[in-house]
Amino acid sequence: MIINSRFFNRSELTGFVVLAAVLFVILPLSLDVFRLNLVAKYLTYAFVALGLVLCWGYGGILSLGQGVFFGLGGYCMAMFLKLEASSVENTKIQSTPGIPDFMDWNQITSLPLFWQPFHSLTFTILAIILVPGLFALIIGTAMFKRRVGGTYFAIITQAVAAILTILIVGQQGYTGGINGMTDLRTLKGWDIRPDHAKVILYFVEVVLLFACIGIAQFIRLTKLGRILVAMREQEDRVRFSGYSVANFKIFAFCMAAVFAAIGGAMFALNVGFMSPSFVGIVPSIEMVIYTAVGGRMSIFGAIWGAILVNFAKTSLSESFPQLWLFGLGALFIAVVLAFPNGLSGLWADYVQPRIDRLFASRKAKADWNGNSVADGAPAE
Amino acid sequence: MLVGHQPKEFLLAVSGLTVSFDGFKAVNDLSFYVEENEIRVIIGPNGAGKTTVLDLICGKTKATSGSIQFRGKELTKMKENEIVQTGVGRKFQTPSVFEDLTVFENLEISFPRGRSVFGSLTFQRDQPVKDRVEEVAEMIFLKDKLNTYADELSHGQKQWLEIGMLLIQDPDLLMLDEPVAGMSVSERAKTAELLNRIIKNRSVLVIEHDMKFVEDIAHKVTVLHQGQILSEGTMEKVKNDPKVIEVYLGH
Amino acid sequence: MFGDYSLGDLGSIFVMQGFAGLILFSVYVLMALGLAIIFGQMGVINMAHGEFMILGAYVTWMTSNLFQTYMPSLFGGYFFLAMILAFVASGALGMLVEWVLIRHLYKRPLDTLLATWGLSLMLQQAYRSVFGAREVGVELPQWMLGSLHVTDSIEVPINGVFVMCLTVLITISVAYVLYMSRWGRQVRAVVQNRIMAGAVGINTEKVDRYTFGLGCGIAGVAGSAFTMIGSTGPTSGQLYIVDTFLVVVFGGAASLLGTIASAFSISQTQSTLEFFMSGSMAKVLTLLAVVGILMLRPQGLFALKVRK
Repeated sequence: MIINSRFFNRSELTGFVVLAAVLFVILPLSLDVFRLNLVAKYLTYAFVALGLVLCWGYGGILSLGQGVFFGLGGYCMAMFLKLEASSVENTKIQSTPGIPDFMDWNQITSLPLFWQPFHSLTFTILAIILVPGLFALIIGTAMFKRRVGGTYFAIITQAVAAILTILIVGQQGYTGGINGMTDLRTLKGWDIRPDHAKVILYFVEVVLLFACIGIAQFIRLTKLGRILVAMREQEDRVRFSGYSVANFKIFAFCMAAVFAAIGGAMFALNVGFMSPSFVGIVPSIEMVIYTAVGGRMSIFGAIWGAILVNFAKTSLSESFPQLWLFGLGALFIAVVLAFPNGLSGLWADYVQPRIDRLFASRKAKADWNGNSVADGAPAE
Repeated sequence: MLVGHQPKEFLLAVSGLTVSFDGFKAVNDLSFYVEENEIRVIIGPNGAGKTTVLDLICGKTKATSGSIQFRGKELTKMKENEIVQTGVGRKFQTPSVFEDLTVFENLEISFPRGRSVFGSLTFQRDQPVKDRVEEVAEMIFLKDKLNTYADELSHGQKQWLEIGMLLIQDPDLLMLDEPVAGMSVSERAKTAELLNRIIKNRSVLVIEHDMKFVEDIAHKVTVLHQGQILSEGTMEKVKNDPKVIEVYLGH
Repeated sequence: MFGDYSLGDLGSIFVMQGFAGLILFSVYVLMALGLAIIFGQMGVINMAHGEFMILGAYVTWMTSNLFQTYMPSLFGGYFFLAMILAFVASGALGMLVEWVLIRHLYKRPLDTLLATWGLSLMLQQAYRSVFGAREVGVELPQWMLGSLHVTDSIEVPINGVFVMCLTVLITISVAYVLYMSRWGRQVRAVVQNRIMAGAVGINTEKVDRYTFGLGCGIAGVAGSAFTMIGSTGPTSGQLYIVDTFLVVVFGGAASLLGTIASAFSISQTQSTLEFFMSGSMAKVLTLLAVVGILMLRPQGLFALKVRK
């Protein structure tokens, strides 16, 4: 990745350096493996939040079904891991050895056809990207080509999340049902459960996250990023400037789906199971909360949103389970009513100016161009 | 006088165009023809269907029946962005510019290159783009505002910016919906000057209420009333048409 | 599949399955009516609508407990008072929410959706803290128990019939209020042209508040009726919210008739499918069909063609 003043402006560069320092150095040095693994779990949502910045913040398309893509990615990964954990030796005691345990419990006697290709890791990795991507492409094409957007789109994505959850829970012989796919053990023979594996997986995830940040930032800086902003404001003007608005929306939605799916796959690896409770309406809407709290217009803000809200959730729901839902609800209302640009908006309004002033007074005033527009420009 | 011509010789041939909203015919069996390099002004009382005609040509509204041929291509079957790509540009009545983008970015988006998803990902802000943007910015009196966000512009400046965005598309047919509405007197004069400069080498279809302005620029005037043509011809002819005086100019 | 049943049995099964569908239809209509008013008339997505319904259910439950303890002789009629109280409670809360929250967000419909979701989380937790996490059931008065024997093999539960009659009654009243009364005309005027409505002297803010209150109040009545056929828990409302939104959207947001038609077709499809397959697959298929049709016809079943 090229880090120069063209790719990141100064405040973004600060954001990048701070995030990289925290994730690569500070957290791994200061946390034990258990806590680090928790952070890894939070970061899986950061992928989703990152996608929502592109799709919702920039494109203005609110998807309440990101759990679907998170789930599809996660289940693809989990299917591979589950198959590897269900080797004939491991499952000797079953009436049909060699198939996942939940299939055996549901009187299924041979591996279903759609499970077969998940023996291959290459196929699995492709599927993690392509299955959610294609699914988003189908939904997006059907909806955006017919000019369905806004609240209608939100409701329909929510319905899709509901449908997929009911389907996964209902078809437990094929999906593991409400319990999901548990007892995932090895990746190509490499045990993912011990501490050192968790640390390695954490770093793999952080590297992937930064790759995705790079992609998102690249998209933001191209003309496509500006078209997304333009589209959110004046859809007709974009259309009458010769662009197919639907195609750009489909692209943003698909990117968000793929990011979410990568997050889901990392979830299955880091946390060691996948279940429908990460697919449905409630988790999908919580993923929107992370983005809203962090700042829907800010790539780094959304990632902090995912980390901080989840951190608050873990610590509050442990000590004050009753307060947590109140807090979450109130946080949501407060963010929407008072801080539509979330944490990054607060940062840009209150912290950044002070830093700028510090820089300005230190540097010679001559080269100060007074043109530092903070990121997260105000949006209604 | 139009009877002998084949529609193909016209830049734009509208024939039998009808659109109905829940039974109400906003445009009713309308036919008219625009030649190359012609400046045509559409006038008419409120609710005559003027804006709807522009909506129909640029594809914003779908026709119930009839045909719109542009350089021999049927526009009624095309999508908005395809119509733009064949060379039809449209300015809306209220200025619609991208307020969260700078003047430069607004103009750059309208530059006719890299309009597909992939094309816009690989779009480079190279010298021809910069030159063209600056050239147009100078024409629309916004050269020193290239890095200003559009939400900081005045109403008139936004109108100019939108005209500039159309110019950079370089359309063969330019459609303007009340380009001087809501402008101050000095802005109005500047706009007239601007329009007189940009209407060269292209056909223009203008909706306007300002009669002085119409007289200044129109080659030919079409008067619409209740979705149909009431009168058509030179300004002189239309002004003296008793039907026009009765429903429109007389007021 | 039908081999084990005689033709007569099959007929009875279909009638009773159809009746079960009608009860589901009643719940959908009652919930969707309030939502159709709020979403269709005001364009506000109220994700907390289910919680307003549950408030009505809890109010009914409390009223029935009160009657049982202090006025056992009048227990047979508690339901009618409970329904009014449920309407008032949910309606009042709705107006408060409109004043505190919704009125600031009319120009940001997607944000209303998020804010009301936050509200629904808080209400759920409030119910859990006050009434406990367990589901509560209302004791039905004697006259509502038992079934009507239509023929030898067809019997329908009385409480179901009661809920249906109630639905019809409420639907007619809502239609009357919306289409016949002066206030209903004001609501529709505000929907069609807010600025003009204000200009002719309609207090648009007041109309908004009362409209939102009415929608929530109807949700309260729906919750009240809901207690007749099921038990109530803090998260019961959430189970129905997506279905109800689909009902409203599927019907064409601004059309009362559309809402009823779509509630009917969705509930009948679901309950008929439930006879052939598991409940979850029936639901999946029904929802898929609705989403599929909405993709082909986004404006819903009934929609006006207007110039944008």
